[in-house]
Order: sequence, then C-alpha cells, then structure tokens
Amino acid sequence: MSEKNYLTTDYTLKSWFLTTDHKRIAILYFASLIFFFFIGGAAATAIRIELATPQADLVSSDIYNRLFTMHGIIMVWFFLIPSIPNTLGNFIVPLMIGARDLAFPRLNLMSWYIFMLGGCTTLFAIFAGGVDTGWTFYTPFSTLYSNSYVIVAAAGVFIAGFSSILTGLNFIVTIHRLRAPGLTWYRLPLFLWSLYATSVILVLATPVLAITLILIATERFFGVGIFDPRIGGDPLLFQHLFWFYSHPAVYIMILPGMGVINELVSCYSRKQVFGYKFVAWASLAIAAVGFLVWGHHMFVSGQSLVASLVFSFMSFIVAVPSAIKVFNWTATLHKGSIHFDAPMLYALAFIGLFTIGGLTGLFLACLAFDVHATDTYFVVAHFHYIMVGGMVTAYFGGLHYWWPKMTGRHYSEYWARTAAVLIFFGFNLTFFPQFILGAEGMPRRYHVYPPEFQVWNVLSSGGAAILAVAYLMPLLYLGYSAFFGARASANPWNATGLEWQTSSPPPEFNFTTQPVVTRAPYQYNGDFQAEPQNA
Amino acid sequence: MWRQWIPFWQPALSLHSGDVDLLFAGLLVASALVLGLLFFLLMLFCVRYRAGNQTDRDDRVVKSWHWEVGWTTASFICFLGLFVWGASVYFQIYKTQADEHDVFVVAKQWMWKTQHPGGQSEIDALHIPVKRPVRLVMASQDVIHSFFIPALRLKHDVVPGRYQDLEIEVDKPGHYHLFCAEYCGTDHSGMIGEIVAMEPADFSNWLTQQAPLSPLADEGGVLFRELGCSGCHGYGSKVRAPPLEGLYGKPVPLSDGTSVIADDKYIRDSILLPRSQVVASYEPLMPSFEGKVSEDQLLRLVLYIKSLAGRQS
Ligand code: HEM
Ligand SMILES: [Cu+2]
Repeated sequence: MSEKNYLTTDYTLKSWFLTTDHKRIAILYFASLIFFFFIGGAAATAIRIELATPQADLVSSDIYNRLFTMHGIIMVWFFLIPSIPNTLGNFIVPLMIGARDLAFPRLNLMSWYIFMLGGCTTLFAIFAGGVDTGWTFYTPFSTLYSNSYVIVAAAGVFIAGFSSILTGLNFIVTIHRLRAPGLTWYRLPLFLWSLYATSVILVLATPVLAITLILIATERFFGVGIFDPRIGGDPLLFQHLFWFYSHPAVYIMILPGMGVINELVSCYSRKQVFGYKFVAWASLAIAAVGFLVWGHHMFVSGQSLVASLVFSFMSFIVAVPSAIKVFNWTATLHKGSIHFDAPMLYALAFIGLFTIGGLTGLFLACLAFDVHATDTYFVVAHFHYIMVGGMVTAYFGGLHYWWPKMTGRHYSEYWARTAAVLIFFGFNLTFFPQFILGAEGMPRRYHVYPPEFQVWNVLSSGGAAILAVAYLMPLLYLGYSAFFGARASANPWNATGLEWQTSSPPPEFNFTTQPVVTRAPYQYNGDFQAEPQNA
Repeated sequence: MWRQWIPFWQPALSLHSGDVDLLFAGLLVASALVLGLLFFLLMLFCVRYRAGNQTDRDDRVVKSWHWEVGWTTASFICFLGLFVWGASVYFQIYKTQADEHDVFVVAKQWMWKTQHPGGQSEIDALHIPVKRPVRLVMASQDVIHSFFIPALRLKHDVVPGRYQDLEIEVDKPGHYHLFCAEYCGTDHSGMIGEIVAMEPADFSNWLTQQAPLSPLADEGGVLFRELGCSGCHGYGSKVRAPPLEGLYGKPVPLSDGTSVIADDKYIRDSILLPRSQVVASYEPLMPSFEGKVSEDQLLRLVLYIKSLAGRQS
C-alpha cells in the first residue's frame, strides 16, 4: 500500500486547485456540492418550520419568498444538475472506459472554476438581500415588479450554465474518443449511456436558458418590451423559453440517477441488467422526447387548447421509456442473488420513490386533473419525489457504491443502512402529505394558509426533521471513514466495471496497463451461492 | 359515493368538478394497480432471491423480447386511455359558452376585484347565483395571477395584456375558497378571497342592495367622451372612424381581407393596439391608448361599447 495514488501524489493546496486530474476535480466538486446542499437544506428547514403553523410566525412574507427562491435556485442549479455528472461522473467516466482522463482535462478544471464563480455570484445575490422571484423567474414579475437582486442571481445561473455546457461537451467527446480497445457502444456500462444522453441535453438546452436570462436582464435594464405587455411584449414568451430549457433539465436531473441505479441493481443482484439495449435506448429516447413537452407547465396559462393537447400527449409518450426502465430493473432482480448492502437499499428506495413520482407525473400530464393540481402542493410533492426521492437517493446510492474506490476506505455498513432506511421513512413522511394537501387545493409558495391544511403540514414538517437528521448522518460516518475506515480492496463488491480493475484509490493516471475489454458489461454469473468479498 | 370514504376530500360542487374527481379516482386506481404489482414483485424477488437462499435460479440467461414489447405496449395503451379521458374533460371545462351573467375580474397585487354588469363591485369576494353558468372575464393589472377555486377543481391564469374567459358554475350554496395560485410577489398568500354561492332569489336581492349609483356602462360612456373617443367615433365627427353602435358581436371585415368577431378581446385590442387590426376601408389613424387607460377603465369602455350593441348606427 505504499504505491502513490491520486490522493497521495502531492499534498499542496496548489496541487489541488490547479489539478487537471479528473478525480481531484471530482473531489473539488464534491466538496462544493456538499456546501450548497446544506445551504439549500437550511432554507428548506426554515420553510418547513414556518409552515408548521398556518400563521406567519417565524419570518415575514418577503423573507419567506426569498427563502423558497434561494432553496429552489441553489438546489436546482448548484446541487441537482451538477450532482451526479460532476462528482460521480467526473470520477468514474474515465475509469469506466479505461482512459487516463477526460478528453479535455483543463476544460474540466475550468468548468469547476466557472461553476464556483456562478455559485458565488448567486450567493452574493442571496446575502446582499435575496431574490424573491422563485427559481422560475416568471415575467413580468421578475422584469418589472420584483425589487430584489434578480439580475445578480440570474447572472449566477447564467455563468453556471457555461460550466454545464463545458462538462457536457467534455463527456460527449470523452465517450466517443477515449474508450478502451474493445469497448464498443453496446459494451458500455449503462451509467455511461445515461450520462451521454444527459450531456446531449446539457449542450443543446442550456444555451436557451442563457438566452432567456439575457432577455430578462435586457428587459430589466432597458425595458425593451420583450415580456412587457404594455409595450407589445408577451409574458408567456418567457414561460415558453424557460420551460424549453427547464423541462429537459429535469431529465438532466434524473437520467444520471437512473444510470447509477443500473450499476447498483445489477451488481447487488449479481445479474446482468435485464434488457440492456432497451434501457440504453430508453435514455436517449427520454432525452429526445423530453424536448417536446415543455408546454405541460402551461396548461392553465391560456395557451391554445390544441397546444395543450399535443403537450399532454407528448408527456404521456415520454413516460413510456421511464416505465420501461422501472420494469427492467424489477426484472433484473428476478432469479438474482440479492445482497442488501447500503447502496442496494438506496437503489430499492429509488425504484419505489421514482415510480411514485413518475405516476403522479402522469396525473399532472392528464389535462383536466392538472387544471386542479398545478401550482399546488401536489406539484411540490411530485417533483420532490422525482428530484429528491429519485436523484438525491440515487446520488447517495452511487456515492456509497463508489466510496471505497474514491477514498480507498470502507464506511460503517451499519450506519449506512440505518441512514438509508431513515431517509426513506423521513422522505415519505415529508412529502406524501403534500400530495394530499395539493389535492385538497393548498397552493404552493404560500406563506400563510387556511387552518384546515395544518394537520398535513405538521406531518410534513415532522418528516422534514427526520429527513434533516438522516441527511446529516452520511456526512458524519462517511467523513469518519475517509480517515479511519478499514482499507478497501481494488474490487470490494466483486463488480465487473473497468473502474474496479485498478487499485482503490486509483493511481494518478488510473491504470498501470491499458485495459482491454472483451466482454459485454455486467457479466455477473453463477456466484449467487458465495458472498462477495466485503473486505 | 366513493368520495365519502376519503374523510378529508371535499365534495365537488358542479358537473365539471365531478368529472375531474372521477378522473382523479381513475388515475388513483390505475396507479394503485401499477404500484401494487410493482411492490409485490419487488418484495417477492427480494425475499425469494436474497443471497444465500436456495431456490430455483435456472434459465436465468434465457430471455426474450416478449416481456419488453409486452409492457411497453401495455403502458402505452394505458397512457393513451388516460390521455383521451383527461383531454375530453379539459375541453369540457374550458369551453365557455353562455354569457348570461358576465362578471369582470381584475387581479392586482394583492387582491381580486370583481365587478358585476350592474356596477356592483367587490374586493376579494365574488357572489354568484347557484346552478347558473357565470362567465368571468379576467384581466390583470400587473403580474400574472391565477384564479383558483379548489372546490370547483378549476383554475386559470390571469395574464396581463389579455382577457381570459372562464365559465364557472356552482351547484350548492356556500362559501368557497378563492386562491391566487400563480406566485405574484410579497403577499401572494394573502391574495385569497371567497366565492359566495347563493340561491338565485337571494342573489338578486343581494345585487339590488349593492347596486351602485351609476352602472359601469354609464361610467364607460363618460370615459368615452373624456378620453376623446367620441371625437372620432361620435356622430358628425370630421375624422372618418367606424361607428360603434351595433358593433358588438358582429363580424368586422379587416383591411387584410380577413374578418373577426367584435368580442371583448377585439374591442380591448382595438383600444390598446389599434394598428394590429384595421377595419377595412378606414385609415389607421387611431392612436393607442396603451398606458393611458387602466384595466378598470378598459372594462368600463368595453361595457359601454357593448351596451351600444342594440342601437342602430
Ligand atoms: C430536505 C428536505 C426538503 C424539504 C423539507 C423541502 C421543502 C420544500 C418546500 C416546502 C418547498 C415549497 C416552497 C413553496 O412552494 O412554498 C420546496 C420547493 C422546492 N424544493 Fe425543496 N425541500 C427539501 C429538499 C429539496 C431538495 C434536496 C431539493 C433539490 C435537490 C429541492 C428542490 C426544490 C425546488 C426546486 C423547489 C421549488 C422552489 C420554488 O418554488 O421556487 N428540495 N421545498
Ligand atoms: Cu396573485
């Protein structure tokens, strides 16, 4: 164990902040994301405490509006979108394809700096006085009426967008050009297929967001009448542009999660993923059709009924590939040899929560029901089931799975399982009551509410308390394990991916000899009698 | 009825909202079936194929595409059914027909202002007769708001710069929540009011008690002169402008060869954006009143022009 790995090659600060090693950059991202996650989480906690009673007792309405805006902006752009691609993806992609690094290592470092610049700009907006537009920045409120730091916040998001685009480009080129000999497309692990699809969306959709944000700034500075109806602008134009980016963006948030789940489910049931090709193409199908459904956010905006019809139909279509994936994961378990290690618990939780989120998405795609449910807590519950129950759960699963690879250490399996179970219960207690609130008609972004909604709100706030503790736990036991955990072997889970063919943690240039691929992925065979080696 | 089994669920109050509830029930049943099946299989596999459990794991590599094709088609067909159902109810809800009783709704930060044709106006409340369709004509003074009545399972955004029509009908007298559902700034959650549904007789009593001194259309007439509209559109004016008597509800030929029906929207647009639809054989001389009239005044003007519908030009 005296051989140098990527963590021990150099200890200076400079060696970290000027590194071009994708693994170190992943760690930089990881640290930044933890920071943002806790800022967003603190806002969520304040929101939920406020909502425990129908009156306004903790904060004023202005502060409340700033809190949920900050929660939304931070969580979406500075946690969810970069989470799996930039931390796990950055770390694992080159290892999985047997490469020394990403295609453009310096670009990779640059995207981290751009990301941090965007993050700091947004934090500045928040601490200088906050933004009260909601993360959606709807016009004409954001352009004409809000007297908060809209432009600074939008600038932060705008800057962060470039980081997304660069990362997306880097992944696309890397997956095309740097695969190890023998690693054909149909031998790629599904995690890479889903990151590939994600990158395509990042590159194609993010520029639209950038344009939209520039238009907001133009309108605020010069009042040129893009969105202002009094001088011939159209307030709904903004919604079209915004959702043209942001709907695909929710697939940016969920596709990488689905990719992680493939790795986990097959590894811990010691079986090939059922229907590899279907799952692979389902990712691309979701990415493609995801561009055609943005109008389902506008069913009550007064858009033409025919437009609503088309968008509703496309939304049902985009659900088909997601359904395929859920069925295929379940079928993967069939006749497997299932091990319930912590990552697998997260994966199983993901399947359940994602399915609930997906099914309630169909409720919202269903025109007449959406009229009632949109802009209520039903929507809040739905997107938290997808984004938090789905993406965050998958992120935690992936993090535990690759933790031994990243740090060379094992975490406490006992605490990891406890946290996974607690997250699952806390999550459901927090967000399930919100479906009921929404169905009863409680609008979202309400700071005070009629007293009859209190019971469900109290349950939800109680769940949030459990959830907050459960999300803090990994910070403790993972942090502890990074320094004091038992040493991990190169392949503690007996997994098949190339990333497990090199030592844990990997050496600076990943592999001592260039790996050659001769088999399809997930060739877990016949070892269902023997336990895998958990060093 | 099934609705009573769910203690917290408020009963729907009209035909349309009953349809939405039925749809909701359908969606719930369908997803309960899917979830039930999925969770059953997950449990079954997790227990049966847990590591170390001796059980039949033969033939696990043999796999055909039948399953995938099967569940892809099954989910597709199921989705298609829900789509058609949801869409047909949606068209029902948003199809406005009768304008027996029009009510004007102006949304502004942070209140709802409603006005009956007789000029009775209310803040954060709307009185309506039961079992009669009421057509709301909604406009926003500032940002986007959304008119939401949970008991009717009904909402519609109110977007500045355009009129939105929404037909509502309540079957049972009572007080119901009216929420603003589109985030609109500081006091968004204070922008709530109530819908008061009354028996028709009570309602007409209420209307007469609230009747203002001058009905809205009359006020509109005053504005029509004050703003100088009558200078061009009135009798004996020197400028050639189309007469407005008898205009409302009739088709208007436009200079680009098409024609439009002169409804609320058309009249509003003609006041604000006169150059966008020029009446055939007239010069585009009219100035825009954009920024010069408030939504309240616009409503009165429209009502005034509407009141001229019966007169001969
Ligand atoms: C830890 C528990 C969490 C709680 C208790 C919570 C609570 C809430 C609540 C109550 C709202 C609605 C605010 C409103 O509309 O008035 C909200 C909005 C939102 N949440 Fe969370 N949240 C949590 C975690 C997360 C996470 C982890 C993410 C993303 C990673 C997230 C993303 C969002 C987004 C994007 C919004 C929309 C913000 C907006 O309306 O502008 N939440 N959250
Ligand atoms: Cu409002």
